Amino acid sequence: MNVITLFFYLFSGVLIASAVMVVSSRNPVHAVLFLILAFVNAAGLFLLMGAEFLAMILIVVYVGAVAVLFLFVVMMLDVDFAELRQGFLQYLPIGAVISAIFFIELALVVGTWQLAPEALALRKAAAAAPVDAMNARALGRVLYTEYVYFFQAAGLILLVAMIGAIVLTLRERHGVRRQDVMRQNARGKADAMSVVTVQPGQGVTVQGVKRKDAAGQEV
Amino acid sequence: MNTVISPVPALGPALPEIVLAIASLGLVLLGAIRGDGAKRLIDWIAILALVVAGFILLEGQGRVSTFNDAFVVDGFARAMKTLTIIGSIAAILMSSRFLTELKIARFEYTVLILLSTIGMMMMCSANELISLYLGVELQSLALYVVAAIHRDDAKSSEAGLKYFVLGALSSGMLLYGMSLVYGFTGSVTFPTIAKAVTGGHGSGVMIGLVFIVAGLAFKMSVVPFHMWTPDVYEGAPTPVAAFFATAPKMAAVAMTTRILIDAFLPIVKDWQPIIAFAAIASMVLGAFAAIAQSNIKRLMAYSSIGNMGYALVGLAAGTVQGVEGVVIFMTTYLAMTLGVFAVILAMQTGGKRVETVADLAGASRTSPALAFVMAALMFSLIGIPPLAGFFGKFYVFAAAIEAKLFVLAVIGIVASVVSAFYYLRLVKVMYFDAPAPAFQVAPLEIRGVMYAAAAFVIVFAVIANPIRTMAAAAAKSLF
Amino acid sequence: MVDITPNAPKKKTNWMPMILGGLALVMLAAVAWVAVVVLKYLWVETTWFIPALIVVIKSLALLVALLVIIAFFLLADRKIWAAVQLRRGPNVVGPFGLLQSFADLLKFVLKEPVIPATSDKVLFLLAPLLTCILALAAWAVVPVAEGWAIADINVGVLYVFAISSLGVYGVIIGGWASNSKYPFLGALRSAAQMVSYEVSIGFVIITVLMVVGSLNLTDIVLAQKNSGIAHMLGVPWFTMLNWFFIPLFPMFVIFFISALAETNRPPFDLPEAESELVAGFMSEYGSTPYLLFMLGEYVAIMTMCALTTILFLGGWTPPLSIPPFTWVPGVVWFVGKVGFVFFMFAMVKAMVPRYRYDQLMRLGWKVFLPLSLAAVVIVAGVLQLTGWYR
Repeated sequence: MNVITLFFYLFSGVLIASAVMVVSSRNPVHAVLFLILAFVNAAGLFLLMGAEFLAMILIVVYVGAVAVLFLFVVMMLDVDFAELRQGFLQYLPIGAVISAIFFIELALVVGTWQLAPEALALRKAAAAAPVDAMNARALGRVLYTEYVYFFQAAGLILLVAMIGAIVLTLRERHGVRRQDVMRQNARGKADAMSVVTVQPGQGVTVQGVKRKDAAGQEV
Repeated sequence: MNTVISPVPALGPALPEIVLAIASLGLVLLGAIRGDGAKRLIDWIAILALVVAGFILLEGQGRVSTFNDAFVVDGFARAMKTLTIIGSIAAILMSSRFLTELKIARFEYTVLILLSTIGMMMMCSANELISLYLGVELQSLALYVVAAIHRDDAKSSEAGLKYFVLGALSSGMLLYGMSLVYGFTGSVTFPTIAKAVTGGHGSGVMIGLVFIVAGLAFKMSVVPFHMWTPDVYEGAPTPVAAFFATAPKMAAVAMTTRILIDAFLPIVKDWQPIIAFAAIASMVLGAFAAIAQSNIKRLMAYSSIGNMGYALVGLAAGTVQGVEGVVIFMTTYLAMTLGVFAVILAMQTGGKRVETVADLAGASRTSPALAFVMAALMFSLIGIPPLAGFFGKFYVFAAAIEAKLFVLAVIGIVASVVSAFYYLRLVKVMYFDAPAPAFQVAPLEIRGVMYAAAAFVIVFAVIANPIRTMAAAAAKSLF
Repeated sequence: MVDITPNAPKKKTNWMPMILGGLALVMLAAVAWVAVVVLKYLWVETTWFIPALIVVIKSLALLVALLVIIAFFLLADRKIWAAVQLRRGPNVVGPFGLLQSFADLLKFVLKEPVIPATSDKVLFLLAPLLTCILALAAWAVVPVAEGWAIADINVGVLYVFAISSLGVYGVIIGGWASNSKYPFLGALRSAAQMVSYEVSIGFVIITVLMVVGSLNLTDIVLAQKNSGIAHMLGVPWFTMLNWFFIPLFPMFVIFFISALAETNRPPFDLPEAESELVAGFMSEYGSTPYLLFMLGEYVAIMTMCALTTILFLGGWTPPLSIPPFTWVPGVVWFVGKVGFVFFMFAMVKAMVPRYRYDQLMRLGWKVFLPLSLAAVVIVAGVLQLTGWYR
């Protein structure tokens, strides 16, 4: 048995085990941590397939950013699983029926397994990756030429997601004093203070030092 | 590095989409710089962009495809895209004053409508599963947000959330079905799938097809995947509901037609019963459930479910005539729906929006023009002969009879008669009941849409021939 | 004669220990024999054993060297800080306090680890371990001199980036598992902060990658040795001019500041801000777990210094490629440059006041993100227009 096979079974074993733990663990934070473990193992599998760029991007994007925010949210939520499971028995029959249907369908699919001849040819066609180039270079070459349509469409979808998140959640609060760094930096000595010569025995009357509030109005 | 970089594909066929994409990016910037105060300007630029895109679209001839055949523009795509663009223009036109009144006039609304229109056009042009899915996601994601645009209103938020959850579920089903089809046919492009399923296919393809149809049925709001429709129509702001009832439906029907005809025509006998069942269930539900509704928006939701059923009747035929019927039906449906929603938007008494059937009482005396338009639209929706609705239904049913789907046609006609009950009730309320408070004069753009729709519905008999020729050409391009 | 002695126990030979001892010897011999056979098999018959052994030995050597160097860098950190504040700093243990770090190590290890009763015990202990192991793992690909990398992989810079982006987990898990207010607040701050600055670090790395055309760390250094401004000016021996910190100076600055934020160093040490959060995510930690956190933090800082060195300061290459400089081995240059960057880290810590949280977020998202994004576009445009792209 060679080492790659060993690692393959290691990664996939841990991957499946942690995937099971994601759905079965009682503590939501633990579930997310197992999800992260699953991601890392998936990255390992990518590495074994020679897709090193994908593996690293999976870790950077999913584990390093998405899952962190996910964990962030789950930690803040106080999910009570006992309460969530209250309706379990009530929904059990319909759930059982649906899963039975899915199971029968799967059995049917597996029972009449029949691959189109194109499917086998496709597998060979997909492996036509350039051998001379590194992962990133090879990906870049097709991403911006052959698959530019999908790439740009995906970009538009992300743009919509971003606009949507902002539209639905951003609230501009008025009447709040905010720090405006630009204005702070632009503020010179002349705007902020004035030198007065104090005559003995007369004291100082406050001269109107012009100051702007958050809305930009002078007070 | 002696590597061959594949050439960048021709962008010409996708020019309308590109114009819209650039416009929406520019408008985002403009909105971010100028703020919501520039909403009106942004609206007009968006409408201009849509018009330009429409003209570029209609400039094209014949069948062209690009991006490795992932994106195809033929007569059918052009026809459906034109309808989609008209729906989007109307949605922007009708929204601006309404949203300002609700204090939710945000420039993002227009941008999202534009982006969603791009998604719909991608759906109309999708010639393979990946581009189809990307189009669906782009369209739906924008729609989820638009549904919840009135975020301080519990109903609007509910509509957005409901639509989002069910839409995500349907996308999941769509993807699952696509993966099965891809796995069993070995291809994602429609022509190759068609080749692969010719002469026998495993049950895997069949199950995949069922899941795809289920996912598409969600997007078309066809029974049994219609549950979200009434709540979303009622909860979302009225112009948004008008948009939901028109443009996305065009794209969803176009996409369903293309995938069923282009990819699965060889196994038409397998999917015909599914579509026929969905059509029957939708028509019957649309006819009976609408009877009890007092809110016109909810009523229109059920009406649109029923109308999607009629469209599916044409599709179930699986013939050139059937698709031709679908195109004609969708054209009339677009005009009628836009008209009805314009009427709903015109219903305003004492600075308050009203939207129940009772508020229309005696409208023939207080605002005769509105009542006349509404009556014409209602008669058209029933399918009374000289009006547009008759022709739509006629071609669909004719195609079904030609394809020997007699049961389908008969049930459709019966459902049509049943639905006449609630359409006529509206007419009765308007013309024979004691008047409710009079409506204020509606803004110009609303009246424009209203009268245009009414005019289209009434003179359709005159222009039916050219439209039919166009529809026939569109349908033929698919086969 | 009567034997009056009480029943003296018979002097019986106790065989038991001897048998056991004999058995043990036999077993030992058997084990040794098996081990020799297995080792011989592994050595002779398999192709992977020797490389694996070499990798293990190399890794151990690198780790030991790294940890010893860190011990002294830690001391240097404190000394520099002290000097800026006109104090003496640690000066008791060993000559000039040189052994202070080792004394601290002993102190931490010998203390009793206290695990709060309400904490999530497994995660509580996992967190520092994770921090430390991840930080050390990043060094697997760092080339400390030409060819001196344990794994010279194609996507080296991405690997370092990925590993350093995982560093946040130690902090979050530690803060959450403590089940206590301040650590949790620290963890939340840290999560937002590290994710924010990762974005600009990523873009900075992309600009460098575009110039180099490779993700391999060795290639990045070689690109700074074999081409660049010095070659354009016709003074190829003046290697220093080749280094990327000159053409990409704004990126260098952004990277340096983001690296401070990414490693929770002052002025961005909000996750452990002692004036607000006791000790942030480390509040509940003591003894060896605390030691591991500190160690992990310093290793991560070293990683960032090394990355700065490789990306912008020419890695192991000497500043001038002429004899007295080229005689010095590359690894010395490398450590020297890392030391220089670390010195800047230490000076920042001593001189700059801590940022407020909203200022931190503003800097990350509203200043660095647009700047680095613009830089990506500009660098790409320049490379494309001038044809310098390789």
